[in-house]
Order: sequence, then C-alpha cells, then structure tokens
Amino acid sequence: MEMNTTQLAREGNREAAKVEEPALLPPVDIVEDEHGITLRADLPGVTKENLSIGVNGDNLTIEGAVSLGESQRVQPVYAEIRVGRYKRTFVLSRDLDASKIDASMKNGVLTLTVPKSEAAKPRRIDVRAD
Amino acid sequence: MYPALTSFSGDVFAEFDALQRQLEQLMGLRAWPSSIRATGRGAFPALDVGTTEEAVEIYAFAPGIDMSKLEVSVDKGLLTISGERADDLPQEDEKVTVYAHERFGGTFERVVSLPADVDSSRVDATYRNGVLRIAIPKHEAAKPRRIEVKSH
Repeated sequence: MEMNTTQLAREGNREAAKVEEPALLPPVDIVEDEHGITLRADLPGVTKENLSIGVNGDNLTIEGAVSLGESQRVQPVYAEIRVGRYKRTFVLSRDLDASKIDASMKNGVLTLTVPKSEAAKPRRIDVRAD
Repeated sequence: MYPALTSFSGDVFAEFDALQRQLEQLMGLRAWPSSIRATGRGAFPALDVGTTEEAVEIYAFAPGIDMSKLEVSVDKGLLTISGERADDLPQEDEKVTVYAHERFGGTFERVVSLPADVDSSRVDATYRNGVLRIAIPKHEAAKPRRIEVKSH
C-alpha cells in the first residue's frame, strides 16, 4: 500500500513535469474553399526564423517565440502580453494533403495553405450519352 | 523576449489570473489555458509599456497592418495609436466555408497617457514583424545622472 502511494506521488510529479511553459493562443481565421484550407494566425513579434510548424500524424502545431529586440534595461510598467511564446495545435482532416503545406509570414501574420488531396477535391463527372 | 517585460504581474487582476491558473493546475484543467489569450481583454492592439533610463518604450502588438493605415499622434501628453486592419475574409458561399473567425478586423484606437518627463517632440516609431515600437526620449533633466562631489 505504501509503495502504491509512493508510486502515485511519483506519477504526480511526472504529471507536474509535463505541464508546459505557458504560451499564448494566437487568434486564427480558418477558411475552406474548393482547393483546400487557408489558415491565418496573428503572431506579432515572431520572425520567420523563430517560427516552427510541425505536422505529427493528424496534428498541425504552430509555435513561435516573440523577439522584440528591446534594449536589455527595459523596466516594465504595464503589460498585456506577458508571455513571449505562441503555440496552437489543430487537427487536420484526412481529406487534406499535409505534405503540401505552404506557409508564409508577413508583418506578424502567418498564412498557411493546406491543399485537399486529389481524391477529396470536388470534380465533375461527365455523363456519356450512348 | 526580455523576461522582465513578460513575467511582470502588474495589477490585482493579474493576481486573480495567477490564482485561477493555480486552481486549474490543481484540478487538472490545464488542457486549455483559459485566461492567457493572445488578445488581452479584447483590446486591439495589445500594449506593453516599459521604461529605460533614456526613453519610454511602447510596444503595440498589431500584426498585418498596412503602414498607410497606421497613425501615431501625440497631443497634450496623450499618445494615440489608431488605424484600420482589413478584414480579408472571403465571402461565404457554397464553395467557401469559414470555420474560425477570431482575428480582429476593422478600425481601432488606443490611447496612452505619457509621463510628464518625456520629450514628445522626438517620438520614434518603427513597425517590424507586426509589432509597432514607439520610443519617446526622456527630457535631459529627467535622466539619471551622477553628481560630482567637489572637495575644497
């Protein structure tokens, strides 16, 4: 019994260790059209170099660190953005072709396009007249 | 990012936020961080303000703005950041579906009251990576300086 409690405590510690460092959830717009999905995310202060986009199975993760290049002696007076990291994960539909993701970054806005796989695209079937 | 600017807990509401986060952590509700949205309390753009020995620095987190639609002005000790962000969402029809619309679109204005010891005639504003940085130098008299002690 005592061992169980120790094990439990150990599990608890592991859980605590898993708690990630805090990150902001960037606001996004997601639009689907016939070609695929377009995702726009607000990531102000994130440079192209500080941004990472990863696909793991069906999960798409966007992660970025804020770099303002401020001088080191800044004394904070007031802050609405208190965390210097953005992170958000999305689940990709199986209709999408995750190997053809295109990403571009402009003025702190990330635009991601994920095309639909050929099989999932709407198409017209010609009816033959015999 | 400089930790002091972001790990700063400024007001009593921040303390409540911290308490809520602690409770969520205790009760295992950590999957969705409820209180740390990128847009603080709905205001656009979010602002961080800091001071150095030489200047007051204001950071406005305003991504995706056309420079021609961004205006910064100072009047009677009030700094105003205003502008418009295009809502570039396409029209929904049978081929286009909008799943999420969280990003801000439209006109905005935020006003910051400047301290008395700054020289508002020399405001420097730069827009980089979606962050507008405004630096207002302090008056010479307000800068910290060393006073020589003379001996006779």
